[in-house]
Amino acid sequence: MKTKNIMIVGVGGQGSLLASKLLGRLFLTRGYDIKVSEVHGMSQRGGSVVTFVRFGSKVYSPIIDKGEADYIVSFELLEAARWTEYLKPGGKIIVNTQQINPMPVVIGTAEYPEDLVAKMEAAGLAVDAFDALTLAEQAGSAKAVNIVLMGHLSRNFDFTEEEWLDAIAQSVPPKFLELNKTAFLLGRNA
Amino acid sequence: MKQLMLGNEAVARGLYEAGCMFVSSYPGTPSTEITEAVAKYPEVYAEWAPNEKVAMEAAFGASLAGRRSFCAMKHVGLNVAADPLFTISYTGVNAGMVIGVADDAGMHSSQNEQDSRHYARSSKIPMLEPSDSAEALEYAKLAYELSEQFDTPVLLKMCTRVSHSQSLVELGDRTEKLKEYVRDVPKYVMMPGFAKKRHPVVEARTAALTEYAETAPINRLEPGRSNKYGFITDSTCYQYVKEICGDEYPVLKLGMVWPMPEKKIQDFAASVEKLFVVEELDGFIEAHVKFMSIPCSGKDTFPLIDELSQNKIAEALHVPFEQGIRLEETIPPRPPVMCAGCPHRGLFYTLKKNKLTVLGDIGCYTLGAAAPLAAVDSVICMGASVSGIHGFSKSQNGAMDNRTVAVIGDSTFMHSGITGLVNIAYNESNATVIIVDNSITGMTGHQQNPTTGFNLKGDPCAKIDLETLCRAVGIKRVRVIDPYDLKQCDEVIKEELSANEPSVIISRRPCALLKYVKHKAPLQVDTDKCVSCKACMKIGCPAISIADGKAKIDATQCVGCGVCQQLCKFGALKED
Repeated sequence: MKTKNIMIVGVGGQGSLLASKLLGRLFLTRGYDIKVSEVHGMSQRGGSVVTFVRFGSKVYSPIIDKGEADYIVSFELLEAARWTEYLKPGGKIIVNTQQINPMPVVIGTAEYPEDLVAKMEAAGLAVDAFDALTLAEQAGSAKAVNIVLMGHLSRNFDFTEEEWLDAIAQSVPPKFLELNKTAFLLGRNA
Repeated sequence: MKQLMLGNEAVARGLYEAGCMFVSSYPGTPSTEITEAVAKYPEVYAEWAPNEKVAMEAAFGASLAGRRSFCAMKHVGLNVAADPLFTISYTGVNAGMVIGVADDAGMHSSQNEQDSRHYARSSKIPMLEPSDSAEALEYAKLAYELSEQFDTPVLLKMCTRVSHSQSLVELGDRTEKLKEYVRDVPKYVMMPGFAKKRHPVVEARTAALTEYAETAPINRLEPGRSNKYGFITDSTCYQYVKEICGDEYPVLKLGMVWPMPEKKIQDFAASVEKLFVVEELDGFIEAHVKFMSIPCSGKDTFPLIDELSQNKIAEALHVPFEQGIRLEETIPPRPPVMCAGCPHRGLFYTLKKNKLTVLGDIGCYTLGAAAPLAAVDSVICMGASVSGIHGFSKSQNGAMDNRTVAVIGDSTFMHSGITGLVNIAYNESNATVIIVDNSITGMTGHQQNPTTGFNLKGDPCAKIDLETLCRAVGIKRVRVIDPYDLKQCDEVIKEELSANEPSVIISRRPCALLKYVKHKAPLQVDTDKCVSCKACMKIGCPAISIADGKAKIDATQCVGCGVCQQLCKFGALKED
């Protein structure tokens, strides 16, 4: 199988490491070759973070380059707009419409651009935008945004619901399992 | 069953399987997780040392005692440990000794982009370079075999993309092999008479390793369908070349990058029409290939600066690749920031308010250089703030002593700030040193250090008392402040700056992300009282913003530290 590329982008601390861990577990069950590239260290401190997940028959590079991502899953709206160049022609951006102001916006030296979803669509990008934060809160915690987004991403793959839920069970502590399952299903059905 | 493992975890697994008994390291991105992961194997003793030099010397001691040993560090950490490195090369080892070093091309979390491969050549120590997790595990084990076979420490070189990428590995069993300690003075006592006899041994060893390199399976020749081009490559660059070229052109992948297999390189060069060397950062392999009078293209074709990627290689080779759509919109940058409730914030606000010259250091508090605090004048390397302020003061006869401070973290102070403080006390400069003690090594992800009272395994242990330590080296003025208390910060800093002798101010408050730290309820904004003066915005807290002209507090981020409250003259920020 030709390598599939998923980019997870967001703000440091939003839980992208758990999302990539979950995808890794899932693809492993089908015997794919997998590479997942993470960000550690300084960039994690509230900065823009990106995780690359690649799977297929044989995966060489651990990173996804411009024009290569089949899916960009963005935990935050501005971050989706930042990384569009990485989307492959025909790829899709799945984006949580939540807005988190970066420090230049907070201190008033820059502005948060308006109507980003419309602007991305006007540029010819396929955008699937929804409010994952509200669904995460509905599931019981704002922190479950990552799993809500994975639920929404799951609609694009032929893995069964059981396969996804098994991978979740392997990735989260037992006491948060029910919450995360609920979050996943809310995202999947959104 | 194959497992998905981070490159650093795979190194740790390799150490475990190779029967490594002793690991001593100092944390540093991207190397940190090797030591954290190996600490989870009960058979392996693992510790955080105060710095990389101590770690390497401790690992040498373990090797001398007959136990396979390891130390890990980031590229700049190897500079700190360069002293033992060059002489352990002369003594060789008893049990196998492996030195892990992780480079950070692209400077994801570093102050420079140095290429550690040069150390292998200059210290005459063999260096292995894995390109994924499976190789990280395999090469870690091989490194011990080579170490014992050739009587040499072995460098295992990682990089951000290998250290922090997960890929598939297969696990094996652990085999332990202990050696006896044998006293051998001419081998281990490196005074001139003995060292002179060891140097030829080192040169003969490099010759023997060059022979080994010719047939080593990790220097792998992968055939191609066309010999129009040929690629010599290493580390993660191998993956990028394969991603672009697949099996079209032959590739000589160097798993051992020093010493190089000269005959193999000559034969490979002769078998292709045009030879490329693809490597990250410096033209290390390229220089050697050219030294052998073999024509090749390297840094004239591929970038010297920043990390490489598949597209950068495709572009250099004029191979077409897909272009994405760039949004015609100004996207504001999102730089890393101090967390909400970060104890460094109140301190840096005070330094900025008093318009002080600040010699900074390496850690989360380096972010004090970012807007809006923008309170840092220099950052060089671990410990340079404390050493630097001494020279700054002495050379000007103290002209700026009343408005200059050094700022260093607790872990960084233990790493190499203490020697600078000794210099301040001994050579009598009137420096003011602020130790920001957040009770943890923060930036690398919460590692314990000698001031926290806990060891790598999380068990309680001896705790260095910073106040006593500073007094013991001769600093009489040692003050402790709470950085959440802006008034106290301001008063104490002013007092110490005006004092006529050196001072240490310990700004003490645990990192807000530590699990044991209890937070207060998020603050509320009284919009009737808020006059939109934006005084609360001066501290750059990610939990505060302005919405509809009024201050707004993000309740999911605010930890109720109260620093912003002290800036509000109108009482608009209140507890719940």
